[in-house]
Amino acid sequence: MKKLLILGAGTAGTIMANTMSRKAGKDWEITIVDQSEVHYYQPGYLFMPFGVYTEKDVQKPRKKFLPSRATYRQSGIEQICPEDNKVILAGGEELGYDILIVGTGCRIAPEEIDGLTGSDWGKRSHDFYTFEGARKLTAAMKDWQGGRLVINIAEMPIKCPVAPLEFAFLADWYLTQRGLREKTEIVYTTPLSGAFTKPVASAILNHLLEEKGIIVEQDFAIGSVDNEGHKIVSWDEREVPYDLLVSVPTNMGDRLIERSNMGDELNFIPTNRDTLQAKAKENIFVIGDATDLPTSKAGSVAHFEAEVLTENILSYMKGEEMEERFDGHANCFIESGFGKGFLLDFNYEQEPVPGHFPFPHVGPFGLLSQTRLNHLGKLAFKYVYWHMLLKGYPIPFVDHRMSYLGKKIPNKAKASA
Amino acid sequence: MATKELAGSSVEVNEEGYLTDRTQWNEAVAAALATEEGIELSDEHWKVLKFIESDFAEKQAVPGMRRLNKVGGIPTKDLYRLFPGGPIKKAARIAGFPKPASCV
Repeated sequence: MKKLLILGAGTAGTIMANTMSRKAGKDWEITIVDQSEVHYYQPGYLFMPFGVYTEKDVQKPRKKFLPSRATYRQSGIEQICPEDNKVILAGGEELGYDILIVGTGCRIAPEEIDGLTGSDWGKRSHDFYTFEGARKLTAAMKDWQGGRLVINIAEMPIKCPVAPLEFAFLADWYLTQRGLREKTEIVYTTPLSGAFTKPVASAILNHLLEEKGIIVEQDFAIGSVDNEGHKIVSWDEREVPYDLLVSVPTNMGDRLIERSNMGDELNFIPTNRDTLQAKAKENIFVIGDATDLPTSKAGSVAHFEAEVLTENILSYMKGEEMEERFDGHANCFIESGFGKGFLLDFNYEQEPVPGHFPFPHVGPFGLLSQTRLNHLGKLAFKYVYWHMLLKGYPIPFVDHRMSYLGKKIPNKAKASA
Repeated sequence: MATKELAGSSVEVNEEGYLTDRTQWNEAVAAALATEEGIELSDEHWKVLKFIESDFAEKQAVPGMRRLNKVGGIPTKDLYRLFPGGPIKKAARIAGFPKPASCV
């Protein structure tokens, strides 16, 4: 028997275990390793502090989503040894492989910012990128009586780059409902020169921030947190005081990647952007947030990558040329508060622009426009995630190759490639 | 897109003043671009510019702050001292590279 080993049973790893179980030849044995038994619906963390989702909505047993054909090992992982085609588990046991898929994701690294894990951490300063962080922030939002609510993005890239914006929009909505908006200053601090990384979307979202009276401190590269003075300080010595700090700390690849000496300066794995093969070794493939690819770190990206990777690994198993190409396709709903939302659809070459999705002129979703249906789409995504996406079924009408149909592409935003 | 005279050579720049053709870049052009940013290039500046150049050749991307720290060995404090206001954006422009997209 030949061995396919998958590290990480998050969004990407779970999809790959499912598609490979359906498609790989019977001569392949499939094993998937993860350290925890809970599968978290990470997009749901954003909604917890506003009471839209409860803790129950965002967690289910991992095993429920894994195929019976794959052997599930619940264990930490000590090291990947690419030269020996083996992986050492936390207990010292060694697993050999013919093909390895690394889907170990990324994590927040608050310890990378001077003072962020100081006395305010977990009290006046929180994150919403972990289950624990979102829980504590939920309590803080419940107790909130007004003051300065500061959102900070430490540095790029981050998982789901629109989530901090959504937090700002939802906070505006939530505090308005509770009659606390007038007593609250919402400040959005970002190292970028605008609301988003790409110009057309950035201009539209900047405008919306302004409309909602959210104060933006752009080009703000956080240097440290002053826990005594309750303020964040940038490298160029700007100070922003907070009563509540909602931090999006530095995101890094798993520590396993550093121990295995396979990562870049952020522990992301150098990956071929077309084939999803690790640059270091031909029988190692990388998917989801663990890669260093220049596209969003997001579940939709992991899903599109999985369609490409499944085909490529099947080709590789047969010793054939890998023909599928990943184009960097990302598709994200953005909650903008008051029951409305945006939709972004883009890839390596084409930035998000206005239009209709997935059908030209029809939609039903509006690209880069604020609609109620986009909001419902975002909420429906939870069902799609648990019931279709993790199983690795294609999302109806949405191909892994981004479609240019329905997009209103201004000349300047048109990709030169 | 516009054509511009810099240090005796004619270069193509985009609407934000970034060179669109790096083959038109040279050290005199760098010095002229630096002057526009109110910076006089010293050896310390050149260390940053040289690192960006060699790293771009390897990664086809302008390195971020953390990469300049960890791989280039240049502390963030120094970057802000050398290129006040927006170190990566300014250094990339002076080095003749595109404005960093700072990922996605």
